[in-house]
Amino acid sequence: MTFINYASREINCKIVYYGPGLCGKTTNLQYIYDSTAPQAKGKLISLATETDRTLFFDFMPLELGTVRGFKTRFHLYTVPGQVYYDASRKLILKGVDGVVFVADSQDERMDANIESLYNLEENLQTQGYDLKQLPYVLQLNKRDLPNVTPIEELTGELTRKGEPVFEAVATDGTGVFDTLKAVAKQVLTELRKS
Amino acid sequence: MVLARLCVECASRVVFLVDRDGQTIAFHGDIGDMDTMSFSSLAAGNVAATSSMAKLIGEDVFPAVVHEGERESIFISVIGRSLLVVVFDERSTLGLVKLRTKKASFEVASILDEAVRDSTTFSMNNSSVFAEITDEDIDSLFG
Repeated sequence: MTFINYASREINCKIVYYGPGLCGKTTNLQYIYDSTAPQAKGKLISLATETDRTLFFDFMPLELGTVRGFKTRFHLYTVPGQVYYDASRKLILKGVDGVVFVADSQDERMDANIESLYNLEENLQTQGYDLKQLPYVLQLNKRDLPNVTPIEELTGELTRKGEPVFEAVATDGTGVFDTLKAVAKQVLTELRKS
Repeated sequence: MVLARLCVECASRVVFLVDRDGQTIAFHGDIGDMDTMSFSSLAAGNVAATSSMAKLIGEDVFPAVVHEGERESIFISVIGRSLLVVVFDERSTLGLVKLRTKKASFEVASILDEAVRDSTTFSMNNSSVFAEITDEDIDSLFG
């Protein structure tokens, strides 16, 4: 739920990056963090294991500017991708305004993508959301690797409602900001409707 | 006002009121160079995790969470959809913080109830602010 503070004239929105383990969710956030001016961002908080796998979530606040006199801030979260961290994923979806599903384009990760997407739909439902009603973007990551599934096949399996789809290489930033911009636009458009 | 009083009464460093989704609603006290947004997000994550743990052992919710450090400590009291978070050091004690926070939490709960009622009326009257957002406004955010 978008948090609007009329007193300080701020709009705060929560965007969650979801997807299977090692698909590049944290890398998306890391790239955004590294490429953003210091005054526009807060700290990048990573609750990770000793081997740098996300344990609970990554978090960074990102200030984009003002709309109609309201300072617009996006709180970007990632979830832990590994299957056994499902309880944590459910918690992070609370209060979500928009979701980015980061799919791993490698052939051998297709099943993991499908499983994770079903898990997203299920977990959204338990929090009272419907993916079809929520601002949502699909990112097809790791397009630079040699063993990738063709785009048509990935979109055939993973699109849900004609959502925007972006090819990405999060390690070099390709598609990272396009993805963020697309989901942020949808969130603000929803705000206008409400 | 309630936060300011609680801060003094607890001899605490800073008191936060945080939404359970991790948004800072208000704070009072010395934040120094503390990153308040990250702090609120982590406090909410912390309570979300401990509430889930509570359910796993048959409790509905842990109404309070305490973290005691060598110098600084944190006391979190759950008030409906919000969290009252007190950061204190050796100048105060956990007993005092608990006692004062319990009293303040009733006042905070009643203020929050009132705020929810007011905000419904307020947002009905102010919805046009956001209805007027244009595609150009949104595009301008991304340069």
